[in-house]
Amino acid sequence: MLTVLLLLWPVTAALLLHFFKGKSARVAALGAALLEFALALYAAGFSGAKLALGGDISPKFEANYSWIPTAGISFHVGMDGLSLLLVLLTTLLVPIILLSAFRRNFENESVFYALVLFMQTGLIGVFTAQDAFLFYFMWEVALIPIYFLAGVWGGLERARITFKFFLYTIIGSLFMLAGFVYLYFQTGPTVDGLSAHNASLSAFYNLNLPAETQLWVFWLIFAAFAVKMPIFPFHTWQPDTYTDAPAPASMLLAGIMLKMGIYGCMRWLLPVVPLGVDYWQNLVLILAVIGIIYGGIIAIRQPDFKRLIAYSSLSHVGLMIAGVFSLTQLGMQGASIQMLAHGINVVGLFFIADAIERRTGTRNIADLGGLTRQAPVLTVCFLVLLLGTVALPLTNGFVGEFLLLAGVYQYNAWLGAVAGITIILSSVYLLRMFQRVMLGPDSTHSATFTDLTGAELAVLVPLILLVFLLGLFPNMFLHLSEGSVLGILGEVAKR
Amino acid sequence: MNSIILLSALGLGNLFLGFRRSNRLLLPVMMLILGLVLTVNFLDWNQGPQSFFSGMLTIDNFSVAFTGIVLLTALVLVPFSQKYVLDEEANLAEYYSLLLFSMVGAIMLVSYNHLLMLFLGIEILSVAMYVLAGSDKRNVRSNEAALKYFLMGAFFTGILLFGMALVYGATGTFELSSISFAVQNPVNESLRPMLYIGMLMMLLGIGFKVGAAPFHFWTPDVYEGTPTFFTAFMSTVVKTAGFAAFLKLLVQVFPAATAQGVWLPTLTAMCVLTLLVGNVGAVAQTSVKRMLAYSSISHAGYLLVALVAFNGALEGASANGILFYSLAYSIATVSAFGVLKLVADARHREDYAGFNGLAKTNPLLAFCLTVSMLSLAGIPLTGGFFGKFFVFMAAVENGYIGLVVFALVMSMVSIYYYLRPIIAMYMRAADDAETAEAVPVTTFQSGALLVLALLTVLLGVLPGLLAGAL
Repeated sequence: MLTVLLLLWPVTAALLLHFFKGKSARVAALGAALLEFALALYAAGFSGAKLALGGDISPKFEANYSWIPTAGISFHVGMDGLSLLLVLLTTLLVPIILLSAFRRNFENESVFYALVLFMQTGLIGVFTAQDAFLFYFMWEVALIPIYFLAGVWGGLERARITFKFFLYTIIGSLFMLAGFVYLYFQTGPTVDGLSAHNASLSAFYNLNLPAETQLWVFWLIFAAFAVKMPIFPFHTWQPDTYTDAPAPASMLLAGIMLKMGIYGCMRWLLPVVPLGVDYWQNLVLILAVIGIIYGGIIAIRQPDFKRLIAYSSLSHVGLMIAGVFSLTQLGMQGASIQMLAHGINVVGLFFIADAIERRTGTRNIADLGGLTRQAPVLTVCFLVLLLGTVALPLTNGFVGEFLLLAGVYQYNAWLGAVAGITIILSSVYLLRMFQRVMLGPDSTHSATFTDLTGAELAVLVPLILLVFLLGLFPNMFLHLSEGSVLGILGEVAKR
Repeated sequence: MNSIILLSALGLGNLFLGFRRSNRLLLPVMMLILGLVLTVNFLDWNQGPQSFFSGMLTIDNFSVAFTGIVLLTALVLVPFSQKYVLDEEANLAEYYSLLLFSMVGAIMLVSYNHLLMLFLGIEILSVAMYVLAGSDKRNVRSNEAALKYFLMGAFFTGILLFGMALVYGATGTFELSSISFAVQNPVNESLRPMLYIGMLMMLLGIGFKVGAAPFHFWTPDVYEGTPTFFTAFMSTVVKTAGFAAFLKLLVQVFPAATAQGVWLPTLTAMCVLTLLVGNVGAVAQTSVKRMLAYSSISHAGYLLVALVAFNGALEGASANGILFYSLAYSIATVSAFGVLKLVADARHREDYAGFNGLAKTNPLLAFCLTVSMLSLAGIPLTGGFFGKFFVFMAAVENGYIGLVVFALVMSMVSIYYYLRPIIAMYMRAADDAETAEAVPVTTFQSGALLVLALLTVLLGVLPGLLAGAL
């Protein structure tokens, strides 16, 4: 029941937001998002206690209503540890993203905030769905608001860029839908016998399809995830979209939406077509590692601040994909915690990029420099988030990247070694950027630059606390996902 | 049956109201009539099959459901005739009566049990539409549309009639179940070619009426020339009724395996061609109205997928798929044409750029058109998604995987042209002074549009309400 509440509250709030005008809309939206976060925290506390006690990994807070009874499709939601982790991430980041938008005056403010909340429903739906068609449905529910967020409030090229983004993702997900339809027709009847087939997660796990079928079904389902994450070479929409979208939309895309793809792989791909995964594992890993290196190298050359973050995100997500497809406990656990860490860091970095752009009117790294003297607080915040992204020990990035690399290394030492270059690359492009923007000789902007305001600190302080929280006490979060990861690996091993 | 009588009687009554020349009265009266008939129609729900006129018409759940769609579509469409209400020159009473009469034809099409009724239904429906296509008398294009529609329509009616005659010659009856029996147990094997030729000619005749390729050439020109209000009616009511008739013909008359061997390849070819022509044609259009015309061709293609994949009785997954699809499509199309009409009337243009900046001037119109475009494109959260979903699922279940893959690729293409109005409305600024002004909309019309958008979303969120209704 709690899951249903988590799902329905944001969309209800989004509808109610219509009655708020101007500034009151943002406050109401923030209140709604905080309430949602409180609900998720309650769920995490409840479930976390259970996990610690008995190691019970079945989904909690389940709800199962018949949705399209004649087709055996049900509205079935529930949260196991992994889902909970991502629901926590979503509900945590959405209020922060909303708060970060306060500084800007958007046209039609209440619609803007309503779309963010609406998208939250889709995201939580993706992370909690236990029925394949519900999963697909929510997958698209998350897409529609972000299309409008990026398309209406984006930069000059928005029409072209969001169009490409929309086409890419929707075509990817249509492939996934086709894959689900195929799998659906291989399943047995529903429990109540109303329909000859059903689309529940457990039915998909028990399909045991022949190997040659799994080989192509793998690509149908993977297409959607590959585009969404994105993995090289399906990434061409990503840098443009991240750069051109308004900061809150970029944060939603990089902070949360990208995790839909990784979560999808873990939940709906690996255990469903284990033999297909077995066959394509090498290829995906190689693509992921290419993405790591490629993203890193391009990021070094980027003159545009926001674009640099976009490519860095591409590089980091490559490592997460590699970890997941290493099919090791270390790699998967690393991906789970790295999803949290990356979400926190990338939202922080986008926020700082936005703060600097707002003050100076430029994103061009070459035009900036010598901002530190005017803005010591911003420098410190920036540095912390940067070091988190570079994966310095004691920060959140370290735990994730270490586990991920260990996982990839376990699978194949050479790949692990190549993937390890990511740490060097990310230090190069991020520290170089930091140097050129914050330090260095004064630029035309440095004299008039101002430090962070109280409202901006309200966004950054929670993020910075989380950087350290995850870095110092990673076990809190690793425990949450451990059972699910073992369960998924168990399903994969059954092949 | 009651709905046929009521519609005819009230249609006549409506004509008398026209003598008073008070157009303002007519709109509410028309809505009352449609609401009344809609209610009466659903009184027949689950009453079992009832036969009328010595079994020439059969009212069952199938016909009640499709009649419901037809009437509902008309009911939500009528508010957009407001412009005629204000125009003293317009012969509103006649228009409305013709619409009512044409719906009588539509109801006959969804409940016929005798080829004569099929023919009568098509003619009643078509003749009214010929007149309405040319109702904008001073407009050359409207005249062209009426003439074109009439000439082509008359020609294909001839083919249909000839087909019926051949079928009659081969089987000796017009009654559906008797034909079906005769097809399966032929008295004279040598008459079989005649039967099949007749059957194919009937397919062509109905294929023309629903605008399937390669008999679609009239569609874009006629849709464009016809006043938008009637175009909307044409592309929803006529199409829905036509497909219901098609379905009945295939299921109740020619289900036999030997006959299927003839019509199935024909229908499949028509289906592939229709999907291709509709979607590729729509991509190339610069006028939104023409785009919608091609879009209506493409939707005929998706419905043909359901027909091809049809398996079983009028209660099966395919019939439900067609029902759901028709409803979702009709709602979205009425809404699209409704917004188009309002925008085109105010801005005197029908191209994509005419929609520029609509989100700023008329947020509600922009929102409703967005919902309808997403529904037509088959994006989740809208009824159009589940319409396609059910149709494709039924087709996959019956083994038509190749066809579904093709239809899926075509619906990927369709996203391109359905997004264009959305991009224009939300992401581009008005390019001239006239376009920058708000489009005048009455409360009544906003209400109707909002209801349509809500219905679309409702169908898209709770499809279980209607799925499996038949």
